[in-house]
Amino acid sequence: MTPKIRTYHEVDEIESSLPGQVAEAEGRVGARLASVERIVGVMSGKGGVGKSLMSAAIAASLARAGRRVGLLDADLNGPSAARMLGISAPLREDEACGVEPARSASGVRLMSMALLLDHDAALRWKDPVDAGFVWRGVQEREAVRQFFADVDWGALDVLIVDLPPGTQRLAELHGLVPDLDGAVAVTIPGRASVDAVARSLDLARSRGLPLLGLVENMSGLACDECGALTPLYEAEGGVDLAARFDVELIARLPFDRRLAAAADKGAIDEWLEGGGRLAEEIARIASRVAPGGERP
Amino acid sequence: MKFLCVDCDRQMAFEERELPGDGTLAAVFRCPDCDRMTAMLTNPMETQLVSSLGVQVGGRTVPAANFEGIRSEVATGSEEAFVESPPSGPVRWNTDAVERLSHVPSFVRGMVKKIYNEYAKERGIEEMTPDIMDRARSDLGLEGM
Repeated sequence: MTPKIRTYHEVDEIESSLPGQVAEAEGRVGARLASVERIVGVMSGKGGVGKSLMSAAIAASLARAGRRVGLLDADLNGPSAARMLGISAPLREDEACGVEPARSASGVRLMSMALLLDHDAALRWKDPVDAGFVWRGVQEREAVRQFFADVDWGALDVLIVDLPPGTQRLAELHGLVPDLDGAVAVTIPGRASVDAVARSLDLARSRGLPLLGLVENMSGLACDECGALTPLYEAEGGVDLAARFDVELIARLPFDRRLAAAADKGAIDEWLEGGGRLAEEIARIASRVAPGGERP
Repeated sequence: MKFLCVDCDRQMAFEERELPGDGTLAAVFRCPDCDRMTAMLTNPMETQLVSSLGVQVGGRTVPAANFEGIRSEVATGSEEAFVESPPSGPVRWNTDAVERLSHVPSFVRGMVKKIYNEYAKERGIEEMTPDIMDRARSDLGLEGM
């Protein structure tokens, strides 16, 4: 009679498990972030609402105020922070310490897939088998993990994570960074955006993820001459969302052609230098993100 | 995944890994008692799923390099993404080894260099040569890289 074969859990003489390696790799994220005082995600369920511009402007505003700021561009397929901050490759690396983040003129430390890809090239993965859908999510999560763990962020007051569009993104970030301090949600007033952002906020709430507040972007078009605001949408999505989810509406920001042009030219720092009411509003949002800002 | 020698009732130990470069992987395990060996062969899909996780069947033999997964898995990495880092650490690279390393695409060169350095350090090797590189490729199953 064949003797009983021990089960998987009864065999533990040699430890080289794949789950163990995954846990060890994720542990390196925590070790790297030990010198980061605050980690904040900037999220939106909807693309095209100005989330990345908000992330870059908040980061630059904080850096100009003397804070040590990192910006992790987690939008691997549509990275834009490097362009907005006027940063380009190459990156330096030290075998022992990690990859040095690129730096903007104001001192924002940035890591972005844009710094790693050929100009205009899409992020394409090596697929020995045409079944990328099976492991695409794993590859992307692993890439973001390496952005956290393998970058020599140094001591930071705040690390801002610019999340890609998608309802699940904040929850995914929280899975990777359990010590996440909170998130700022960005919407535009229109109903299509509100619907998507509402789903993101609902998921965040259901998981108990901390929300620092809501920013309504493109609330109107500001006149270049007198500053008078012309509404761009009939809806007041930010106000509605804030009431429905009991989240503070931190700011309602107009579309500003000069800021948009500055972001295109990688000149957000210069735009902030010029001051003005919108720059002050962004500084106010930034103060909520920085250490000492209100936590829920 | 574990391999058990049924006759000895002992867990088999990882022996060696080979990546022949066609997307498949062979991992050999040996019974510590009777020396019986068995090979686990994975198809390209299984191999890719494991490598996407940034893990290695049988366990890691050298620590992961910076952005190892990104550099290994991204097909559109820029050759201008990284500045060549100056030599560091206890391992000297002789001229032939440096010349050979220069043929590695720059997107993955830093990663490959670190893997070779770690291999040498763990074995007390002070000078990197093409022969050592060949040995490391074989021992670490880097043929597919």
